[in-house]
Amino acid sequence: MAHGPAKGIGRWLFTTNHKDIGTLYLWFSFAMFLLGGTFAMVIRAELFQPGMQLIKPEFFNQMTTMHGLVMVFGAIMPAFVGLANWLIPMMIGAPDMALPRMNNLSFWILPFGFSLLASTLFMEGGGPNFGWTFYAPLSTTYAPSTVNYFIFGMHIIGASSIMGSINIIATVLNMRAPGMTLMKMPMFVWTWLITAFLLIAVMPVLAGAVTMMLMDINFGTSFFDAAGGGDPVLFQHVFWFFGHPEVYIIVLPAFGVISHIIPTFSRKPLFGYSSMVYATASIAFLSFIVWAHHMFLVGMPIGGELYFMYATMLIAVPTAAKVFNWISTMFRGSISYETPMLFAIAFVVLFTIGGFTGLMLAIAAADVQYHDSYFVVAHFHYVMVAGAVFSGTAAVYYWLPKWCGRMYNETMGKVQFWISFIGFNITFFPQHFLGLAGMPRRYADYALQFSDWNMISSIGAFIYGASQLLFIFNVIRTIRSGTPVSEPKTWEGAEGLEWTVATPAPYHTFATPPEVK
Amino acid sequence: MSRRASMLFALVFAPAISLAFMSKAVAEEAQRWAVNMPKGATPVSNAIYDIHMIIFWICVVIGVGVFAVMFYSMFAHRKSKGAVAANFHENTTAEIVWTVIPALLLIVMAVPATTALLDVYDTTEAEMDIKITGYQWKWQYEYLGEDVAFVSELTTPEEEIYNTAPKSQYYLQEVSQALVLPAKTKVRFLITGKDVIHSWWVVDLGVKKDAIPGVVNEAWAYIEEPGIYRGECAELCGKGHAFMPIVVNVLEKEEYNAWLAKKKEEVAAERDLAKKTFTLDELMAQGEAAYNRSCAACHAGNGEGIPGVFPALKGSAMATTTGDYAAHLDIVVNGKAGTAMQAFGGQLSEVDIAAIITYERNAWGNSTGDLVQPLDVLKFKQGQ
Repeated sequence: MAHGPAKGIGRWLFTTNHKDIGTLYLWFSFAMFLLGGTFAMVIRAELFQPGMQLIKPEFFNQMTTMHGLVMVFGAIMPAFVGLANWLIPMMIGAPDMALPRMNNLSFWILPFGFSLLASTLFMEGGGPNFGWTFYAPLSTTYAPSTVNYFIFGMHIIGASSIMGSINIIATVLNMRAPGMTLMKMPMFVWTWLITAFLLIAVMPVLAGAVTMMLMDINFGTSFFDAAGGGDPVLFQHVFWFFGHPEVYIIVLPAFGVISHIIPTFSRKPLFGYSSMVYATASIAFLSFIVWAHHMFLVGMPIGGELYFMYATMLIAVPTAAKVFNWISTMFRGSISYETPMLFAIAFVVLFTIGGFTGLMLAIAAADVQYHDSYFVVAHFHYVMVAGAVFSGTAAVYYWLPKWCGRMYNETMGKVQFWISFIGFNITFFPQHFLGLAGMPRRYADYALQFSDWNMISSIGAFIYGASQLLFIFNVIRTIRSGTPVSEPKTWEGAEGLEWTVATPAPYHTFATPPEVK
Repeated sequence: MSRRASMLFALVFAPAISLAFMSKAVAEEAQRWAVNMPKGATPVSNAIYDIHMIIFWICVVIGVGVFAVMFYSMFAHRKSKGAVAANFHENTTAEIVWTVIPALLLIVMAVPATTALLDVYDTTEAEMDIKITGYQWKWQYEYLGEDVAFVSELTTPEEEIYNTAPKSQYYLQEVSQALVLPAKTKVRFLITGKDVIHSWWVVDLGVKKDAIPGVVNEAWAYIEEPGIYRGECAELCGKGHAFMPIVVNVLEKEEYNAWLAKKKEEVAAERDLAKKTFTLDELMAQGEAAYNRSCAACHAGNGEGIPGVFPALKGSAMATTTGDYAAHLDIVVNGKAGTAMQAFGGQLSEVDIAAIITYERNAWGNSTGDLVQPLDVLKFKQGQ
């Protein structure tokens, strides 16, 4: 017979329960989101006016680096692993994840990885200051002495991701309820299955890159040192062979979330389910063969440039199909606008804008001007923040009632949405202008003609940052004192096995598998 | 017109009208609030601008179409308006259509995109070559075949950066020596880096190319109009990344030739200067200036460096042992492999190197009393 959770701190340290581990991942990622957000606030405060007011350029570089690393590896990725832990077993009718002890381990090494990384900020030499892309030789020969902590931290974080992915693949392939064929799986499960394969393929590549750095720094090798016969460009090829799929690792589960929320609030099944699956798989495949579009200016031969340009443009096809499918799902639906739906619609709009600028960036000739400018910063924040953060926020509002049996405050949710949406656009839309006018990214200080848009961008950032406090307030308030809900189905239009179990979801669900017709 | 309407009119149009009378102000205002890429001054920058605008408008048209359908259903198919959900969830024809149409559009885009890229890459038939080397945090320009080379560094004073003095018009966009180029000449740039990766970007020239150690990249420009064009380093290269601007001064061909002749004379004069014997005071004065230009970015103005990143010179053994400056000379001229310490032998004149070493050995409480002459530096360089 199933038992309840253990008492005290032991429940969290030793838990093998997918819901507990999901909760741990979500709280951890939210803490990292606030930390990375704090770094972003420091950056935007410094850039509020030309001149160095608050910090020194060397610390500014640590802030941009840590902001990127913490957001990508600490906030966004663990957030979707948390959602996967909570939802995948419930969505496929499984009692838990396939490898529960490894599940515990893959979470509990994360805080150590990030402690190593963040502790460097307090050491002599300071934290990593070479950008989240850590291009050699800035990150090897010219790195601060703390770089070994960064390397070890990345190893731990990568190991955690690999274990998490193995677990997800094992769970999805082995533990589906009878009758749930692959082509009946919910989209979130599909997107995560594909993402997990991407992770297993590329995290070892990242581990290889940082290990080669480790050798160059400490053991006299010259993988990336031209003076010793190595090649700094090799680093970029290896990094982006990881880095480009990484972008899709972040955004594919977000696609999955949106493919649940839009049908629910349109009260209409997802349009083009099978084409969604195929589109996701094609995007994942293409993500492996386009990496050098991040390197159009390293001096590739023109044949290479043309190939990477054409291949990159191709990604627009499956991505556009997804957007068309979401819109067709809404078309002739019966739409209502609860907070998760607002975030999901904003996701579609803003992600599409990010997709357009992505297509522009794919044009190698135009990339001469866009590359490493604020245009790129604007582009990837439209994809990452509007893509991953908006969909993550939508997911929390959407499934929170199921998780804790209490309803969030709808008005507060909508207010948070509008503040986020407006703040986000004030922050990042003007960055397109700055980049086109010639402002490079990762600049601690800038020429006077960039002053006005920078100030506006900073104001937007403070608004967007403040809206996250409202989010955490709403979530905590819901957990402590939200209106209790007990209907299995919180939302009228919701479909899927997770909405057939009791609300709040019991500690153990599907001890006996459900029948899927 | 009602009073309110006329007030509104005044509010909206008065600034516009008054601005229109001050064309300079208008131009500055336009630059401050720029929202688009400049067309620039070269055929390549124009080609890039054109392809940028083509893709932009294609995206706008698609975006308007897609969002129109979306906002229509968001408005018309609201539950609060009593919309009842249909139950369709597939339409193979539609799905094929919206796969094929974007694919065709991409092919349409790919044609001008390819032409523009071929243009960017066409460095053939250049009339002159400039070698550009990126250093932490300055650029070196070499006029290949002309025996003229110089380093170009930021001249904006610390006081402006740290807000104790008002910022001048070209804040962070002014350098010690601009790259001087002739107009209406196809110039090929050979771009490389000495320490970390930099990227040489002048938006108006439509040139951005990474400066990578061990790699020589090519780019080119044919500039129609004489004038001053300003650019920046575009690849994160350490703490001085935002502080190594580019200024290109384009002259008419005759003026350029005159400039080049004068520059060659200066180079010869500088070589003669290396044979002169200087006093301690002369070297200390010149050394302080040169140190602040070339060394202070890492080792700090007070010689204390940055703990854990850049070593202190104040009180360091290398700079405080009287009479024994061989190691000091060696590290300044040749740099130190595997560290951020660059080789200054090829960047600075013998006089500057001698002055810097003398300064470092006699400033901030370092008191060796050593006097290093330019001739010593020259001999050291020739002896190795």
